Amino acid sequence: MNFFILTLIKVAVVAFVLLTTLAYLQWIERKVIAHVQLRVGPYRVGPHGLLQPLADVVKLITKEGLIPSHVNKLFYLMAPFVAVTLALISISVIPFGPEIKIGPVDTWMQLTDLRIGILFVIAVSSIGVYGVALGGWASNNKYSLLGGLRSSAQMISYELPLALAVAAPLLLANTLSFRDMVSYQSGYWLGFIPRWNLFPEILGFIVFMIAAFAETNRVPFDLPEAENELVAGFHTEYSSMNFAAFFMAEYANMVTVTAVATLLFLGGWQPPFPAPYSDVVPILVFALGGLVALYHGLNPARRMDKFTLPATALVFFGIAAIFGLSLFVPVLKPILMALFWFCGKILVLLFVFIWVRATLPRFRYDQLMRFAWIFLFPLAMINLLATSLIVALTTK
Amino acid sequence: MTAIFFLIFAGLAVFCAINLVVQTHPIASALSLIGVMGSLAVLYLQLGGEFIAAAQVIVYAGAIMVLFVFVIMLLNAGAESATFQVSRFVKYFGAILLAAFLGLVSFIIQGALPRTEGVIFGAFQGTALDVGRKLFTTYLLPFEATSVLILIAIVGAIVLARKEV
Repeated sequence: MNFFILTLIKVAVVAFVLLTTLAYLQWIERKVIAHVQLRVGPYRVGPHGLLQPLADVVKLITKEGLIPSHVNKLFYLMAPFVAVTLALISISVIPFGPEIKIGPVDTWMQLTDLRIGILFVIAVSSIGVYGVALGGWASNNKYSLLGGLRSSAQMISYELPLALAVAAPLLLANTLSFRDMVSYQSGYWLGFIPRWNLFPEILGFIVFMIAAFAETNRVPFDLPEAENELVAGFHTEYSSMNFAAFFMAEYANMVTVTAVATLLFLGGWQPPFPAPYSDVVPILVFALGGLVALYHGLNPARRMDKFTLPATALVFFGIAAIFGLSLFVPVLKPILMALFWFCGKILVLLFVFIWVRATLPRFRYDQLMRFAWIFLFPLAMINLLATSLIVALTTK
Repeated sequence: MTAIFFLIFAGLAVFCAINLVVQTHPIASALSLIGVMGSLAVLYLQLGGEFIAAAQVIVYAGAIMVLFVFVIMLLNAGAESATFQVSRFVKYFGAILLAAFLGLVSFIIQGALPRTEGVIFGAFQGTALDVGRKLFTTYLLPFEATSVLILIAIVGAIVLARKEV
C-alpha cells in the first residue's frame, strides 16, 4: 500500500486510541485513588462513572475561557499549546508490537522508527519544560511564576538521572533505536526467565521510575502544581481548554514515560514466559475478570450493580473469546498478543504511578532538589559506570 | 524536495536570528534563539547527522536555553524602549542599504575563496558510534579543553552565588 496512506491510517488509529486513553486514564486514576481511600469515586455519571471523562470534557469546553487582562497574551496562549503538542508527539516513535502482515500490507506496529528513537523522546521532553516555564511566567502572578520556575527547575534537574538511567540499557543493547532494543531483550535464560533489561539493570529501573515521577510532576514530586501549595502553581490563571491542555499534557507524559520504561527495561511487547504457555494468559486474565464481575453481580452491593456488573462480565468474556479466536486466526495473533503484553505492562506501571499518588505525601521543594542532585544523580552515575565497566570487560 | 526543506528551515533560522535582535522583550528574544537552535537541528538532520541534531535539541534548546529563560524570568526584565528616535525613512532605507552592503561583501568574499563542491544532503552516514570515536581520537584536545572551560564556569558560578558568611 502507499506509504503515505498507510502512515495516515496508523496516525489516525494511534491518535484516536491515545486521546481516548488519556481521558480514561483520568477515570482509572480517580477510581483507584477512591478505592484506596475506601470510597467509590465517580459513580453516577454513567455506569460506574464511565461517562465522567465525557462530562469533564464537556464542562471544560463550555467553561468561560477567560484570558486575564494582565497577562502576556502571546506566551499565555502559547504555553499550553507547546506543552500538549510535545507531549503528544513523543508517542510517534513508540513501537507497540512486532512486524505484522495484514493481507498485502507489511508493516511494523509503530508510527516511525528513528535510529535515535530514545534521543527523540528525551529531546521532546526537554523542550516540554518550556510549556510549564512560559505558562508560569506569562500569567503575571507571583504564585504562578514561582510554581513555573520550581516545576521547570525540578524537571531539568531530574532529566539528568533520567538520561543516565536510560543510558545503561542502551549500553547493554548497543543501539539507540527502540526496535533493536526490544529485539535485544527477546529470548529466555534457562528457557523460562525472560532476557529483560530489568534483571541486570534493576538499579537503573528504580532510578528511572523515580526520575519519571519527577519529570511528569507526579506525587511525591508534585509540589509545583498541588492545589494547596502556591494556589495551584503554574496553571492558576488558566481556565477551560487551556487548563485541559495542561492536564492532557501531564497524562500524555505519564503514558510516554511508562511506555519508554516498558521498552527499555521490561522487554516491550514480549511475554515473560515462552510462547505456547503465554498465549493463554490473556484468555485466563479476562475470563477471571469476567468471573469476578459475575460473582459480584450476583451479590450486588448497590442497586445498579445487578445490571452493570453482569454486563461488564459479558464484555470481559467477549474479549477473552476474541483472544481465544486469535489463537486460531494467524493474522490476528501477533497484533493482539503484542498489544496485550505491551498495554498490560504499561497499565501495571500506570497503576504504580496512581498507587504512589494515593499513598505518599509530597516532598518539600528543597528536599526534592537535594534528592535529585545529592542522591539520585550519583546513583545513576554509579549504575552507568558499573554497566560500562562490565560491557567493556565482556565485549571482544 | 530537500532543497525546499532546506530553504524553509534556513529561512526560519535567519528570521529567528533577526527577530532575536529586533524584539524588545528579552523572553521573546530567548524564544527566537530557541527557534534558531531548532532550525539548525533540522539542518543537521538533513545533512545526515541525526545524533548531532538530537544532541543539539537536548543540550542547546532543552537545557542551555532553559537556563537563559530562567534567568530572564527571575530578573523580571521588562520590554526595553528605544533610547533615541530615528526617523522611519532612515530605518527602512538603512535596512536596504545594510542588506546591499552585506550582499556585496559576501559576494566579494565568496569570489576570493577556493571552489569547493556543494553540500550533499545525507552525505554523513555516521551514527553515534562514529561521533563518539571522532570525539575521543581526532578531537580529543577540544573535548578536554571544553570540559575544563565548563569546570571554570561552574566554579565561577558557585563562587559568585555563594552567600557572604
